[in-house]
This record gives sequence, structure tokens and C-alpha cells, in this order.
Amino acid sequence: MLSILRSIWLTFLHLFRRKATVQYPEDKIGLPARWRGRIILSRDPDGRERCVACYLCSVACPVGCIALQATEDEHGRRSPLYFRINFSRCIFCGFCEDACPTYALQLVPDFEMAEYGRQNMVYEKEDLLVDGEGKYRGYNFYRVSGLAIKGKDKGEADGELPPVDVKDLMP
Amino acid sequence: MRSPLAVILIIVGVLAVMLSIAAALVWLERRLLAFWQERYGPNRVGPFGLFQVVADMIKLFFKEDWVPPFADRMLFIAAPGIIITAALMTFVLVPFSPGIFVIDLNIGLLFFLAMSSLGVYSVVLGAWSSNNKYSLLGGLRGAAQMISYEVFMGLSLMGVVMLAGTFSLREIVLAQRKVWFVIPQFLGFVVFFIAGIAETHRLPFDLPEAENELVAGYHSEYSGMKFGMFLVGEYLGMTLISALTVTLFFGGWLGPGFLPPVVWFFLKVAVFLAFFILLRGSLPRPRYDQLMGFGWKVLLPLILLNLMVTAAVVLWTR
Repeated sequence: MLSILRSIWLTFLHLFRRKATVQYPEDKIGLPARWRGRIILSRDPDGRERCVACYLCSVACPVGCIALQATEDEHGRRSPLYFRINFSRCIFCGFCEDACPTYALQLVPDFEMAEYGRQNMVYEKEDLLVDGEGKYRGYNFYRVSGLAIKGKDKGEADGELPPVDVKDLMP
Repeated sequence: MRSPLAVILIIVGVLAVMLSIAAALVWLERRLLAFWQERYGPNRVGPFGLFQVVADMIKLFFKEDWVPPFADRMLFIAAPGIIITAALMTFVLVPFSPGIFVIDLNIGLLFFLAMSSLGVYSVVLGAWSSNNKYSLLGGLRGAAQMISYEVFMGLSLMGVVMLAGTFSLREIVLAQRKVWFVIPQFLGFVVFFIAGIAETHRLPFDLPEAENELVAGYHSEYSGMKFGMFLVGEYLGMTLISALTVTLFFGGWLGPGFLPPVVWFFLKVAVFLAFFILLRGSLPRPRYDQLMGFGWKVLLPLILLNLMVTAAVVLWTR
């Protein structure tokens, strides 16, 4: 009997506690820096697209929401002709970010992507491409891998080593 | 004698006020319950979320009003009306202030008991006409619970009747000018309030609907505004029990003179409404046999004792 009165009183006291609710659009909780949200395509320090259209992200994607087409300019530098992510399918697993060899594709802490039409969830390359380097600063893929130009193949310039043969098991 | 026009105005006024209280309770219950669970509750639609009620109502009106093909159609439609009618009929008795009451029956309390018994029909008929096992179970529980708690409710009021020497609610209030009946009749008040909770089948005594065992009990098959009417009926019942507790045990409209009597009445009612909601927020539902056992083994002897002592005191002092 007393315990019933006590529990009624204790429930009443909760009136004066701080509310657990976060009133979302007005108050927001800080997201961790490694939060996996919206996907972006970043640029290298020179301001050029990092993506080399290797299709690894598209292959790694478990729901198959990434579609792209590779193209190559006159210097042999690859880039995507189009790059399309269907965010209504994306599960934000981050496998694409793991697969990306050039740090081009990154997941950033932004999840407020609601749209009225389902078609609007399909992001094209212009929507994905940002001006900065994103989370990984100072990395330039072609500075590391080298680039074949007319009259000089990879690893033939001064101070360069020949590229590793990835199909060879020998040390 | 009051003019007929004044009586009609009061009837319309009471009807409007009671229905809007029932609607506002939807909001109040959600808000208060939220506060006691460290949440905010609905606070987006309009100021303090007050228009949530309107939004809910629009939603309920536009929902499909479905009558199951296996149901007894006529009773199924009639059942939700009964609970509202029974509850609203009882409000004619309640004296809101010395001048504001619809009718002052000299058998007021008996009329109240009769009307609250009629309310059981709503649950039982709604459950039976749904032709659904869960509904039927809820209806059976409802019938047993409400009829047995009616006994204690009636007996708990007899102490008040003995002290006041009348069944008229208005005169019962006037008899409390010296001391509110909650002091000489504390046991009566406790038993009446517990029986009142069981009568309106509010939590923790909501065995007839017990959503974790019986889907939604007697109104499992109801949808749209018919379901809404059960809800309104429940809130009307809650208001009614609060109003009667105030009238019978807490001096009705009586109070210090700096506020008008109507305000005192509604302030007291609001406290009890909030207490109803607090009970819902804090107590778990008893098992069905515990509920019946508590009624017959604890409340009945207690209230009979209270009745005998009160009778002895009344005889002694006369």
C-alpha cells in the first residue's frame, strides 16, 4: 500500500526533472566526426577531381546504388563522365569510402536529406562534387602513382622506381 | 424558480463545456503523461500543441469508418453512443455553482448510480457485437469489474448520504459548509475514488481493454469516429468521477471568497483529473483475479465497517 503511494509520488517528482527529449530541428546533438552520412566527391589539393573512375565503389556497394561511367582525357587522366548515387537506396555503410583508392569518395556528417519526390534522391556528379578536399587533406593520387605522359612512361623519370607488378607474387 | 430559457442556456453551456473538456483532456493527458516521463509531448501544433486535438479529430473523421461484416451491425453502431449518453446524462445532476445546475433531483445520487450502471452496456454490447474473441473477453471482464465495483461505489456514498441526510447533490454540498466530507468520510472517499477508476476503466484498472493482453479489448474492432466516441466517453467518465468526488467529498463550489464558486469547482476538478493521469503514469495494471480479490476481500469489508461506524456516530450525535 505504502509502496503504491510512494511510486505515485516518485512519478510526480519527475515533473521537475530535465527533459530527455532533444527538440530536433531547433536543438541538434553534435555528430561524431566519423559519422557516415551524405556521400561527397572531393577534389585534390590542385583543385582537380580526385575520382579516377575505377568502379571499385560501385562494385563494393552492397545495394548497388552507385552508377558511373569512366572517361579519359588526352593526358591519360581518368575521370567519371557521370557519377550517380541513388540515396533512396544507399544504406550509408561506408564500404565505398573504404574501397576508394584515391580518397575521392567520402561520407560526411550530414543526414538531413529528406525530399518530397523520390527522383530527387538521385544525386548526379554536380550534386556530389564539392570544392574542397573533405576529410583527407593533402593527398594527391597522381603525385603518388605517377602519370604516363608522351615520351615517358610511369617510373621512368629521375628518382622514380618502376611501378610494382601487381600480378606478380615474387618479392 | 428559474425561467425555461435560463435552463436551456445552462444545458447548452454544460454540454459545450463538458465536450470541450473531454477534448482538451486528450491533449492534457498526453502532455502531463509526457512530463512525468521526462518528455515534452505534443507541443508543435498551435500554442503549446493545443491544436493537436483538432488534428486528431480531423484524422479520426477522415478515417474509414469500418463495420466488420461479421459484427452485429445495429448494436455495433449503437454501443459507442451509449457510453457518451450515460456520462452526459449524469452531468445534469452536478451543481457547478449555487446557480449553475441543470436539475436538482432529490434522488440525485441514485440517478448517478443508475446512469453509471447503464454505461456498462456500452462496453458489453460493443464487445459482444464485435463478434471477436478478444473483444468478448474484454467485455466479460468489463461487465464483472464494473458491476462489482458498482457495489463498493454505492456503499461508499451511503456514508455521505447519512451525514448529509439527503440524496440531492446540491444539499450535500451545502451540508459541507462547516467541514468537507473528506475528513469524516476519508475511507469513503478512498473507496469511491478507487471504484470510480474501475468504473471508468482507466488505468491501472483498464482490464477491459488491457492492450498488452487483449489487443484493445472491447473496442478492438472499432475504428474512426466510433473509436473516438469510446475515447470521448472515457474522458467524460473521468471528468464525471472527478466532478462527483469534488461535489461529494471536497465541498463542491465552496471555497474562500476571492474566486467565484464556478472557478473553485473547476479548479478542484482539474486537480483530480491530473491525479487520474498521474495514476496512469505510475501504477501497473493488476492481474484480473487480483482486481476482483482486492474489491471483494479488501474494499467491501472496509466500506461496510466505514458504513457501520458512520451510522453509529450519526445515531450517537443525534
